[in-house]
Amino acid sequence: MQQERIVGKPVFRKEGVAKVCGAACYIDDLSMPGMIFGATVRSTIPRGRILNIEFGPGIPWDEFVIVTADDIPGKNYIALINNDWPCLADNFVNHPQEPIVLLAHANRELLPQAVAAVHIEYEELPSVHSIEESESRQTIVWGEDNVLKSYLLEKGDVDSAFAQPDVVIVEGEYTTGAQEHLYIETNGAIAAYNEQEGLTVWGSLQCPFYVHKSLMAVTGLAEDKVRVIQVETGGAFGGKEDYPSMIGSHAALLAMKARHPVKMIYDRMEDMAATTKRHPSRSRHRTVVTKDGKLLAADIEFCLDGGAYTTLSSTVLSRATIHAAGPYRWPNIRVTARAFATNTPPHGAFRGFGAPQSLFAIERHMDRVANVIGLTPEELRRKNLLHTGDTTATGQEIGQRIDLEGWMELALKHAGYYENKARFNLQNVEGRLRKGIGFATFLHGAGFTGSGERYLNSLVGVDATPEGRIRVLVSSTEFGQGTNTVLSQIAAEALGIGYDAVEMAPPDTSIVPNSGPTVASRTSMVVGKLVQSAALGLKQTLIASGLLADRYTTRELQDAARSYIAKYGGLCSLSRYQAPPSVNWDDQKYRGEAYAAYAWAVYVAEVTVDLTTYSVTVDDFVALQEVGRVLNPVLATGQIEGGVVQGIGYALYEKVVWDQGLMKNNQMTNYIIPTSQDVPKIRVFFEEVPFEHSAYGAKGIGELPMDGPAPAIMNAIAHATGEDFNSIPLLSEEIAERLAVQSPALKEMVAI
Amino acid sequence: MTMCQISLQVNGLERSLIVPPMSRLLDVLRHELGLTGTKEGCGEGECGSCSVLMNGDLVNSCMVPIAQAAGASVVTIEGLGNRARLHPVQRAFLECGGAQCGICTPGMIMATVYLLDRNPHPTQDEIHEGLNGNLCRCTGYVRIFEAVEKAAGSME
Repeated sequence: MQQERIVGKPVFRKEGVAKVCGAACYIDDLSMPGMIFGATVRSTIPRGRILNIEFGPGIPWDEFVIVTADDIPGKNYIALINNDWPCLADNFVNHPQEPIVLLAHANRELLPQAVAAVHIEYEELPSVHSIEESESRQTIVWGEDNVLKSYLLEKGDVDSAFAQPDVVIVEGEYTTGAQEHLYIETNGAIAAYNEQEGLTVWGSLQCPFYVHKSLMAVTGLAEDKVRVIQVETGGAFGGKEDYPSMIGSHAALLAMKARHPVKMIYDRMEDMAATTKRHPSRSRHRTVVTKDGKLLAADIEFCLDGGAYTTLSSTVLSRATIHAAGPYRWPNIRVTARAFATNTPPHGAFRGFGAPQSLFAIERHMDRVANVIGLTPEELRRKNLLHTGDTTATGQEIGQRIDLEGWMELALKHAGYYENKARFNLQNVEGRLRKGIGFATFLHGAGFTGSGERYLNSLVGVDATPEGRIRVLVSSTEFGQGTNTVLSQIAAEALGIGYDAVEMAPPDTSIVPNSGPTVASRTSMVVGKLVQSAALGLKQTLIASGLLADRYTTRELQDAARSYIAKYGGLCSLSRYQAPPSVNWDDQKYRGEAYAAYAWAVYVAEVTVDLTTYSVTVDDFVALQEVGRVLNPVLATGQIEGGVVQGIGYALYEKVVWDQGLMKNNQMTNYIIPTSQDVPKIRVFFEEVPFEHSAYGAKGIGELPMDGPAPAIMNAIAHATGEDFNSIPLLSEEIAERLAVQSPALKEMVAI
Repeated sequence: MTMCQISLQVNGLERSLIVPPMSRLLDVLRHELGLTGTKEGCGEGECGSCSVLMNGDLVNSCMVPIAQAAGASVVTIEGLGNRARLHPVQRAFLECGGAQCGICTPGMIMATVYLLDRNPHPTQDEIHEGLNGNLCRCTGYVRIFEAVEKAAGSME
């Protein structure tokens, strides 16, 4: 491995000092002269026709700025994939909480009562609220068949494999629930407009150019009259990939009509009820395996509940489809995947983007397959894990050096798996507390799926200011994951200067080029590579100009940059994405290199199930992963730990309670996420196999830790209780329902 | 709207304000005094992002009507340290990676200051319990626990 000065070191977070001082400026911390406040009137029914909008008595309506769909100067949609998501409902609503009317007033306190005084009369129509209702097609709520998107992935001859003699067939159904992002900062935006400068929107967001595109569509303004600026963002996890285009458009429409800057900040209840969540899913697996444990074929049917509009469901479904196969060698496999429309608020991007759903199913299913044929979970995996040179379900050859079996053994060793398993088996015969240990082996593709990165065609810059400050120019944003820090490390390393000498240009669409959205674990791997090339370009320009010697200090490079700018007027080096040579993808047949690189992982969970309270605690957690080169060990470890804890919440706590498409528990009081007292000891281990087509060998990391905890925990619970739980979240109530009849205490009571 | 005059001490300075008596301490700090380091996460006392010290006690400032803070001494994140001179707890959060997105950080730091003030050498369990009123969605708390231990060590 090369010796680097800055990459691989735990340098402090770029904006860390501002954050620990409370000086970092988030959207609700900003104020502008003449600024007024906006609020949203939303549908109270899941589906129907809007008959009348009445502005009730007792409110000085002439003081309010009021916007409806009729006020939209451009197109009434949020620009994503299908453009079917209205910015404001026009005559028709398709889910509860759909925005219909926008209000603005200088006095923030007046808004709640004004919102309550807008009465909307509907003709209510039948609605659908589950995958099953949607696929039954008794009520059509989207298109001709309720199917937002479908994919078929096929390799080999699945049907013949099922017809073979002397094989074992194992079937299973697995479901996952919705999950709320619960970023601690709710969605918010400020918009300001005047005719000379056009429209500016500041927001808590991940993807400045997504918002920019939507604003152009909604307002009809030209590209150079729309400007989007990301401000410090208090958590996102995918939840600020799509929705900021909505709230940003709403603030913009109000500001354009009011001719005042307008601030919109959702309170917690509105944010939870109205914005996107992780897609609920259902997986049906049929697997053919030989009696000695060789996987012959998989027939997988995968479904997502997409909610009322397409939004990002087609790309979420795509990632889920590819990850449904898990990290296994399948001679024959078929994945039939569909996303169904329902009358719930659209589900959207959430860390993992479909992979946590389909990987939960395959990893739970693999333990069940092992059990059926009398192998241990690790024996089955040893016989079937991918090796270097094998091909994935899409026919992609694994070119990278991988050692999944070795990594599995290492993770199991760290967890004391074999000893603990034997010990728990002896102990679990009696007593109130049952212990279990289980694990999951999995992969996560880094970057956009398939040809996505080619379409994005990302552009990155590194420039110098007239004062000689070196800046990284990207639209890739910081929202806690470490974008600012890692990209600065890469630039400093490539330029051969100090980390402190590099700064991030403001994430402002009028300043930075479009380096693509900040999603899909692509920032370190894809954008980082472009930052590296742009930085090297800048250095070469300075050396070629004769202003910089071959060996130099940070100060000398800064001086050279200043001189260059004085002489030539500017210094900026740009770098555009080029696909690695071996990456080819067929969108029609769903074959080829689905991702330029994969991260690999083995997660082991140890749990206690209390047979009196039916509660589950996670006692110990080992997270071992190969993510390429680790660019900043403290940040990377923090990403893994944070993802593991979100995964524990996904598995055991976080249940969205639905009533006719409306989230009923839209408060932190009754939607429960892990607290500081729910966290086990988490031990994080990195294996580093540098990826040749990225900056300093890094691959993606952010989404990966969301994939493994839920199946590892459910596999551990199966070990502890002898029962298969195949639906998450798994709350105490569900465990009680299944186990109560078997509990010794209850048996005793029954006997009396 | 009924207004009342309230005097209180914030970060060592005497402040006198004319505000509605039921205004939340959180809003007075943020809107009237410009102390935006204190954050709102839920508005119902669940997340702890708005934690400040009031007369030495850790409170959720979203749950405190300003009338109740009359005459009180309040310390916010801005009163702990600044960029040039970080408080040992702020420094430990920076060094250990205890802040990711940063929105829970001011409240988490105030809770840590409160904890270490009462218990300068907390055990792991005491740290977990001491921070259980402050939710973080990014870190999984592990880096935060490390920061608390480091701060405890550095404040000896």
